[in-house]
Amino acid sequence: MFAILQTAFASLRRDRAALALAFILPIGFFSIFAVIFGSMHDTVPRVKVIIVDQDNSEASKSLVNALLHEDTLRVSTHPEASKAQPNPPDYTAQSAEASVKAGDVSVALIIPQGWGANPISFGQGQDQNTHKIQLLNDSSDAIAPQVVSGMLQKAAMTSLPATMAEMGQKYTEKYIGTLTPEQRKQWNDNLAYLKRLQQDRTQTSATTASASPTSSSSGSGFNGIISVQTRSVVGESQNKPMISYYAAAVGVMFLLFTASSSAGALLDEADSGTLDRVLSSRIGMTTLLAGKLTYNTLLAFTQLTAMFVFGWAVFHLDLWTHIPGFLVMGLSTAFAVAAFGMLLASLAKTRAQLGAISTLLILTMSSIGGSMFPRYLMSDAMQKAGQFTLNSWAIDGFTKVFWRDQPVTALWPQVAVLLGAGAVLFLLGRRFARRWEFS
Amino acid sequence: MSATTVKLASAAAITGATLPLEIAGLVKRFGSLTAVDGISLTLAPGECLGVLGPNGAGKSTLIRSIVGRVIPNRGTVSIFGSAAQSTAARQALGWIPQELAIYPRLTCAENLIAFGRYHGLSGSKLKEQSTWCLEWAALTDRAKTVAGELSGGMKRRLNMAVGIIHQPKVVLMDEPTVGVDPQSRNRIFEMIEALRAQGASLIYTTHYMEEAERLCDRIAIVDHGRIIAEGTYAELVRSSFGSRSQVIARVTGSPETIAAWTARHNGRIVEGAAEFTIEQSTEISTLLADAASSAIELEDLALRRPNLESVFLHLTGRELRD
Repeated sequence: MFAILQTAFASLRRDRAALALAFILPIGFFSIFAVIFGSMHDTVPRVKVIIVDQDNSEASKSLVNALLHEDTLRVSTHPEASKAQPNPPDYTAQSAEASVKAGDVSVALIIPQGWGANPISFGQGQDQNTHKIQLLNDSSDAIAPQVVSGMLQKAAMTSLPATMAEMGQKYTEKYIGTLTPEQRKQWNDNLAYLKRLQQDRTQTSATTASASPTSSSSGSGFNGIISVQTRSVVGESQNKPMISYYAAAVGVMFLLFTASSSAGALLDEADSGTLDRVLSSRIGMTTLLAGKLTYNTLLAFTQLTAMFVFGWAVFHLDLWTHIPGFLVMGLSTAFAVAAFGMLLASLAKTRAQLGAISTLLILTMSSIGGSMFPRYLMSDAMQKAGQFTLNSWAIDGFTKVFWRDQPVTALWPQVAVLLGAGAVLFLLGRRFARRWEFS
Repeated sequence: MSATTVKLASAAAITGATLPLEIAGLVKRFGSLTAVDGISLTLAPGECLGVLGPNGAGKSTLIRSIVGRVIPNRGTVSIFGSAAQSTAARQALGWIPQELAIYPRLTCAENLIAFGRYHGLSGSKLKEQSTWCLEWAALTDRAKTVAGELSGGMKRRLNMAVGIIHQPKVVLMDEPTVGVDPQSRNRIFEMIEALRAQGASLIYTTHYMEEAERLCDRIAIVDHGRIIAEGTYAELVRSSFGSRSQVIARVTGSPETIAAWTARHNGRIVEGAAEFTIEQSTEISTLLADAASSAIELEDLALRRPNLESVFLHLTGRELRD
């Protein structure tokens, strides 16, 4: 019994790959999930919102300023300044909608002209002719509109006391009857105080907010005291919103595993002496690796195609109207993951080592890159970290194709990053493969 | 075997000033270990040179230097006048490594096609050459069998066939019979003899002396990275033993008595048997008389002409298998 225990521990101690899988991988994963979902290091994700104030009334300004100071939101009223445009103009309803469609933000709020005349509504079926706030959203992000709605409700309750009182008076007189002169005087005195208070808050907020056009704010509710009309501007025509997302997300993760495993054939060939024999023929190392890269790219692309065709057949994924975008993104992604696999294989000394390294890296990349859960659930820091993964660029590209219906030309950032990363990874792999060339 | 005659006709035509293989002052070190220590060799057209030595003697490093897989620290290797790593040298060389360097999931024919393409063959030439190689290795009926499912001997033969798919003029065989049964070994010998008959020049490394005796025109004995003897089988034996023979006696008795008896007749104990070198067969009676008078009982007695094993033992004081 003791001898078996001793033997098992001695074997484990000398098997670095098994040690890594046993201890480093679970701790690494625990840390990633803790950072994403835990409360440490200010990890609460902030929802990006664009606000277009077409009303410019006291009420709308108060509401906007309240939202600007809400910690859970990242509110913009105009694009970020750049060298070309140091003072960019405020968003319009059109540019805000375009930003939602492009995926720059998940939600845009349009406060229409005339909203301030009648900002609060009570009861169902009332106020059919009031100007409702428009909430434009990307339905792939189910969380953001809910958050914005809640914050809008909160902002109305806290930032518009005078407006609420005034509207209360109107509704009282409408449904109960006219106030007596004495009641009206007391009401108006109190209302004057609330208006001064509301104005003071607005001025203070405006001063603070002007320093940073992109600061935090809060939202409201769909069915609360502020009437909101919601409209999905992205994915309205998609019958299964998340199918295309997960086809890409899960697909990329498994492509990475397949590519690593397939590239591991190099290690088998090195072990068996076949690699030596091939290199003693006319085939050089660069040709050999390029051939394997091409094979692994085609294999990955075929795998991805099979997954999307399955998605079409079973889950009604709209594949056939997106063929050009799918081809571009599929081949770019396949190339990048194949090069990633080649690099890992050329780095590892044994199959076991390759298995441990690839499992650790791929699961980490997949979790922070959005293959396991959408990146909008993550903190800003994690979302930025995710940009260093192949998963996030591939998923973004496929989302553009299948969700946002964007043209192939709009894919250039994702394609450039994936192809560039693939080329760099391949060159690195080629560099490490020198150990097999000669002894 | 008519196909054999056709396919290797070009190898037989190798002539000219440049030798198939010339190695001069080759040195290869791996850290503090000197695997090859100043080896110089030549290979004549159509010749089979045996490189004999125990494990770790430097045979495989020498072969890998010739095929350009090892960069020597010093010295040169040229194949028909071209440097070992040149395209011309690679085309002229066929390498049959000790390992089964084939694709186990491909069939025999697919393996041949793959390696043929690596060597630049294509089209009908590749098909023709592949067919010939299957025939040469007696694997025609196994052409569609996956390599991983072949018997050990068949895998060895496929490993050899893959090495000559491109009709090399010089073939390097690194212990091609390791781990095969006697029947398969004989089949491999026949393949090598067929190849030789067509004029290919061969370098054959082994630590089986009987293989070297049977197949090689000339033998180089390698130990600790150096060639310690080189010549034909007869030359090596003559230079070490002259006209002498060996007597191997298995005896019983006290170890001290046996050791004293052996020493009196300039013999040695090898693997439990007493070995003596004699000039005349009449010396045997003297040995036996002395044994009897020393109360040593004789179990078995053999008279043997010295062989490569004896030569190696004589030169190094060690068994070839050590």
